[in-house]
Amino acid sequence: MESRQTSCQFESSALQLLVNILFLSSIYALIACGYVLIYRVSRVLNLAHGELMMVGSYLLLTTAWMFAGSPVTAIASAVALSLTVGVLVYVFLMRKMTGEMVLAAVLTTVALGILLRGLMVLIWSAQQQYPAQALGFSNPALALPGGARISLFAAILIGVTIVTYAALFTFLRFGAWGVRMRAAGQNPLLAAQRGINLHAIYALAWGLSTLTGALAGMLISLDSGLTGSMVIIGLKAFPAALVGGLDSLVGAIVGALIIGICEVLAIQYIDPLLSDVIPFIVLIAFLIVRPWGLFGTREELDRV
Amino acid sequence: MSNQPRASGYFRTSYAQDFALLQTRMQRVSAVLFGIVLIGFPLIASAFYTDLATQVLLASIGSLSLMLLTGYAGLISLGHAGLLCAGAFTAGILFKEFGTPIWLTLPAAAIVGALLGVIFGLPSLRLRGLYLAVSTLALHFVVVYLGGEYETKRGHSTGITIDAPIVFGYELYGGATWYYVMLVFAALTLFLCVNLMRTRVGRAWRAIHAHETVAEALGINVAAYKLLAFVISSAIAAVAGALFAYYRSFVSVEAFSLFLTIQYVAMVIIGGMGSLLGAILGAAFVTVFPYVIEGVLLKLPNAQAYAGQLFAVNYAGFGLVMILFLVFEPLGLVGIWHRIQTYFLLWPFKHRPVAGARK
Repeated sequence: MESRQTSCQFESSALQLLVNILFLSSIYALIACGYVLIYRVSRVLNLAHGELMMVGSYLLLTTAWMFAGSPVTAIASAVALSLTVGVLVYVFLMRKMTGEMVLAAVLTTVALGILLRGLMVLIWSAQQQYPAQALGFSNPALALPGGARISLFAAILIGVTIVTYAALFTFLRFGAWGVRMRAAGQNPLLAAQRGINLHAIYALAWGLSTLTGALAGMLISLDSGLTGSMVIIGLKAFPAALVGGLDSLVGAIVGALIIGICEVLAIQYIDPLLSDVIPFIVLIAFLIVRPWGLFGTREELDRV
Repeated sequence: MSNQPRASGYFRTSYAQDFALLQTRMQRVSAVLFGIVLIGFPLIASAFYTDLATQVLLASIGSLSLMLLTGYAGLISLGHAGLLCAGAFTAGILFKEFGTPIWLTLPAAAIVGALLGVIFGLPSLRLRGLYLAVSTLALHFVVVYLGGEYETKRGHSTGITIDAPIVFGYELYGGATWYYVMLVFAALTLFLCVNLMRTRVGRAWRAIHAHETVAEALGINVAAYKLLAFVISSAIAAVAGALFAYYRSFVSVEAFSLFLTIQYVAMVIIGGMGSLLGAILGAAFVTVFPYVIEGVLLKLPNAQAYAGQLFAVNYAGFGLVMILFLVFEPLGLVGIWHRIQTYFLLWPFKHRPVAGARK
């Protein structure tokens, strides 16, 4: 819902369409990397990612009230808190599901999502809220050369997505923990034999995934406010992850671009109502042709 | 069922006994008593409880169909609400556009459901587990979108209203009437499912669930039986959706959110995978749960303060219960029930004899 508002708020030219695509794809890419991180490491599909993303933006709202006047502290503490939330989810819930059937784990995340949705309404109410106001930020529209326009936070979101992906690539390629994460994802048994603490790795993956999701949630809510319908954006980003290949970060970027392009063009030229279905139609098309995604590894898919 | 220990030696001496649905006198007596209770229920219960029971019966039709697919054939579907939606909209559209009577809309819903079942099932020939679940989830969104399109394009943006159907000159209207309608349909569904499980089809599904390659090696046409599972399950679900539409005399896509799918999946999990009894217990549990929460909350002091938060408490409580079952009791309510049964059957002993004895 929000994505439709934000991506259509300026009248469209070819350049504007391009900017809209870039913005929407960045949203999807930033969210999708959370799905990829967890799936790659533990083969669990986290269907509560949309809710965890919202928890991030509500945390920002709370810290904005707590540290009124110092937005930097508020944002930093919200980011730290969301990392903690992810780790706690693993330690208290998902840890019990390691070694269980993959499907049981996925359904647990579904249940977690419902639980979180209820708790969020109980704690923060279901009304639309504006963290940008609480932080004292304004969200001016920036004019780009060529007549296109983009809102400030949308531009920041694109930047954050690029930085996040760069950081994740560096971390997974060169960081000691990143290499361990890849090892755990490739062969958990062998990794454990080499003294890698699998639980710590999984907890880290959940923490990082929630962190990136929360970043997306915070920036979207700064851009266009915070309501319950944000969960849908989280769910729509999931086709992006799958189209690219659930275990590939590069794939998540490409998948997000594909979904973003299809969605913006469908809204523009066919029917705005299609906005919520297009990602899933693309997903079905890919599942029929190439279920393991563009960049994913073809694996023997798990039996129920 | 048959794998449970019996109190005393029971030996089947003829094929008729072997085929019988109810095998012992105790079973027959309790089935008759249970039937009398079910038939007599709306005569003594208030309108509220009759409505609740009707909802449970309707939910059991849906959960039985999902149990066939997930619990027995082992195919995961996250698109159940989409199928209910398709059935409800088939009934709604046929009624609105052509004034079709109920004895045509229900079979039509079943046919639409069966066709959708083929579409939902086709990915299952290539995909398994997680990926299959995801493809059905995607189809759910497509079906719901089509329903929404119809609503907006034909000017029924708030939903379609359906008049009470007339069967043999008798208008199906009122709580008790619908209770009996649902009771008949639920009983028929249960009967169909029980018998399906005892035939070649049911055995094939269980074989596929246990091990696909072995099933194939045994000469089972895996692709055909998988599709059949989707077709039968979807047809039943679509009929349930159509009944839902008539019962509420109103259809709107709002009713068929992802949450409904999750509720049905929860029924199957909470009830207990691979058990028809579990499907019914789960349906009852999930349907009654929000009312229990509401009842408890309103008993607490200053109830007015959180009356507005009820749905959020429901959500949270529902998620929590689902997690608790997944983590601590994967066998579900049926697992608990069987444990209680075994406890009394074996009393005063705690465990079954280790070896040599028959079950």
